[in-house]
Amino acid sequence: MSVIENNTEQCGNSLTRELTQNPLKKIWVPSSKNGLPERHISQRKVCMTNCPTLIVTVGLPARGKTYISKKLTRYLNWIDVPTKEFNVGQYRRECVKIYKSFEFFRPDNEEGLKIRKQCALAALNDVRQFLTDEGGQVAVFDATNTTRERRETIIRFAEQNGFKVFFVESVCEDPDVIAENIVQVKLGSPDYTHCNTEEAVADFMKRIKCYENSYQPLDEELDRDLSFIKIIDVGRRYLVNRVQDHIQSRIVYYLMNIHITPRSIYLCRHGESDLNVKGRIGGDSGLSARGKQFADALGQFIQSQNISDLKVWTSQMKRTIQTAEAVGVTYEQWKALNEIDAGVCEELMYEEIQLKFPLEFALRDQDKYRYRYPKGESYEDLVQRLEPVIMELERQENVLVICHQAVMRCLLAYFLDKTAEELPYLKCPLHTVLKLTPVAYGCKVESVCLKVEAVNTHRDRPTNVDVSRQAEEALLTVPDHQ
Amino acid sequence: MRGASRSKNTQILDKRVCMTNCPTLIVTVGLPARGKTYISKKLTRYLNWIDVPTKEFNVGQYRRECVKIYKSFEFFRPDNEEGLKIRKQCALAALNDVRQFLTDEGGQVAVFDATNTTRERRETIIRFAEQNGFKVFFVESVCEDPDVIAENIVQVKLGSPDYTHCNTEEAVADFMKRIKCYENSYQPLDEELDRDLSFIKIIDVGRRYLVNRVQDHIQSRIVYYLMNIHITPRSIYLCRHGESDLNVKGRIGGDSGLSARGKQFADALGQFIQSQNISDLKVWTSQMKRTIQTAEAVGVTYEQWKALNEIDAGVCEELMYEEIQLKFPLEFALRDQDKYRYRYPKGESYEDLVQRLEPVIMELERQENVLVICHQAVMRCLLAYFLDKTAEELPYLKCPLHTVLKLTPVAYGCKVESVCLKVEAVNTHRDRPTNVDVSRQAEEALLTVPDHQ
Repeated sequence: MSVIENNTEQCGNSLTRELTQNPLKKIWVPSSKNGLPERHISQRKVCMTNCPTLIVTVGLPARGKTYISKKLTRYLNWIDVPTKEFNVGQYRRECVKIYKSFEFFRPDNEEGLKIRKQCALAALNDVRQFLTDEGGQVAVFDATNTTRERRETIIRFAEQNGFKVFFVESVCEDPDVIAENIVQVKLGSPDYTHCNTEEAVADFMKRIKCYENSYQPLDEELDRDLSFIKIIDVGRRYLVNRVQDHIQSRIVYYLMNIHITPRSIYLCRHGESDLNVKGRIGGDSGLSARGKQFADALGQFIQSQNISDLKVWTSQMKRTIQTAEAVGVTYEQWKALNEIDAGVCEELMYEEIQLKFPLEFALRDQDKYRYRYPKGESYEDLVQRLEPVIMELERQENVLVICHQAVMRCLLAYFLDKTAEELPYLKCPLHTVLKLTPVAYGCKVESVCLKVEAVNTHRDRPTNVDVSRQAEEALLTVPDHQ
Repeated sequence: MRGASRSKNTQILDKRVCMTNCPTLIVTVGLPARGKTYISKKLTRYLNWIDVPTKEFNVGQYRRECVKIYKSFEFFRPDNEEGLKIRKQCALAALNDVRQFLTDEGGQVAVFDATNTTRERRETIIRFAEQNGFKVFFVESVCEDPDVIAENIVQVKLGSPDYTHCNTEEAVADFMKRIKCYENSYQPLDEELDRDLSFIKIIDVGRRYLVNRVQDHIQSRIVYYLMNIHITPRSIYLCRHGESDLNVKGRIGGDSGLSARGKQFADALGQFIQSQNISDLKVWTSQMKRTIQTAEAVGVTYEQWKALNEIDAGVCEELMYEEIQLKFPLEFALRDQDKYRYRYPKGESYEDLVQRLEPVIMELERQENVLVICHQAVMRCLLAYFLDKTAEELPYLKCPLHTVLKLTPVAYGCKVESVCLKVEAVNTHRDRPTNVDVSRQAEEALLTVPDHQ
């Protein structure tokens, strides 16, 4: 929890704890007598629950449980809630090396039932380890969990371990949706590598049948004391029961905003700017001549893609708006898409930052994700700022986002499930468009370089990040500029 | 839509919450005393605060204007022809005003607050919306908990104009009969029969929700908001950090520490909080030194929110007003012309602040007893939300140092108690000067600057 405990004298006496500012994140923390911070305090985080949360999926096969589990896990990790998914099917595949047929799932297959129960328990054991010993905050237990009896087992397990439980059920009887689901994610499953399409589909339909008779959906009355969301017909309707806390409220909001309509998201930066050319960061300059060329090329590219109903978003900085103007379609400006605020380093070259703020420069290389510029922002702050953008991107269909290097890295990290360590070093060069198309459980990325020259603005992490390093060592990875 | 401008053949929209092209009509549904008006007013307040022009239309108000004196529940009897006629006329009059607001007056959302308990009445409304190109979203409140209903009646019915001439027992008895008049013909929204409508059904004050066919962003936000509010009694305490060194010097922004008097205030705040005996108090600060120092003296666990940081004054950070007038006289004048929308160069506007603070408000709605130690501009924004102040009033709300505001939800609004903690501090409130023209003299601009060292 992101709180600061005061265990000194009771209030009414004058202040006894001094404050020092953490040099990396620029957070004020109380320090002990020798001037060192008492503990590492993190700022306001999403999840203020003291106890971890166990999310439990419920539903027949091919209802999107794993899709939801993976997507939710990706979202929660991006907003800095340590989350992990535990897919019982995976455990089963590790246990039963070769999948023969749906017969394994028959309700009268004693051997099968025994193995499946063992796998569920093995998964729950790993859940306990993740939430209790490894600092996990949310675990997603992905399985059919279609009987009240199985869910009871899980609830007891959670109670014993002090976890909150939140059920996510997916109910769907639309044959088209189920068929598309099977095509997208079942045919390519390890279970069916040895089958052709027809065989796989036939077997899978029989597999679903094995569960149908014993399926006990979450019920408004019988399960009125449980916390859950029931998603009906891929989001047509939702039943939400007993949301307990902030994180569950956020999860419900997220689940109610996602959809599975095919679409593409285009991400790119503004065209090369005058400050880019000079090797300066931040600022609010206009496009260089080459930047304007890119803007025109972007317009032509977008036209050629023949995208239906494309929304175009920019930041409120001149260079993205100039770029959008050349594309020639209606666009919306988002302040939230503005580039990371480099505070006192705005409009400086890296060489100048090394000269004026060598300590800051080193700290940034040590932890580029959490490092906050003095009077500026960190990547961590950026992610928080961009969360409403991500939420709206989930709601939308075809969108082109014209933004900035750090911003694009954050958005890309969300779609491609990159860690906080990888995020600040993702390659997002000027004059290149990334086309992201959701497919199966992830995102297909197509990179389109629009063949207009531009400076490189990507600075890799240097080998020496120590504050005692020489200037040359710090500047080794600075890209060329005028 | 506000902020929209056209340039050549492209249309640029300032990113606002509502991206729907057509206005939205929110329609409440439910028996009397189910919280429809509470929800309508709260939702309207929230939407206006996040800059979505919204207005509520309470059919009961229209009825009171039409039937000057309320006699008894008999008016609402289902076999009272005269009553039915008047009530239908009032509903249509209200819908007419809805049309005017959404079509002619730039309104984005209208909240049509009435029982709307029959499918027939709802059909009428749907046809009206279709004819006018409005989207419809129903908000139904279903509750059978007698305690909740009784408390509802005490809070908002007893004081209603309908019952000024009655004592409590008479009022309650009459109102219960009034509810009965609706019960037989009540057709709740149904998963099957109404599956093509967009709605949220709130069951037992938020224990459970049924959400059907959310069409767009604004409906999604409305659902999220409705799912986060509650009616558990609690209080929200708002105050600024103790007086800071920069405050004393008449400088804005920055990240300075508390002055000696500021530290005194922090101690006094700690004592005040103790004396209030608040159960389970959460304390929130910004990430600026002065609020954290203040919280430290209170002596309880606190959470730091970057979103609660003071407005970023950009190039004007740490300047005195006199210096701003000297260095940026044009900016200074523009700010006085429209303090809400004015953005400091490389800084923020109050409008930006509101957007930044929206997650704070959402979490405040979820929480119970909270003390928020923040800053002048931030406190003005939060206060404007709770007290339903307009964008024009917001930047001039008085939030002096060393004063705690205790906000307690009551009936349809918020009770405010102001507690001045009797520690002297500079005044940091600068009123709007008379002359806001860019051609004004320096003295005219600086007329309202408060005293400082």
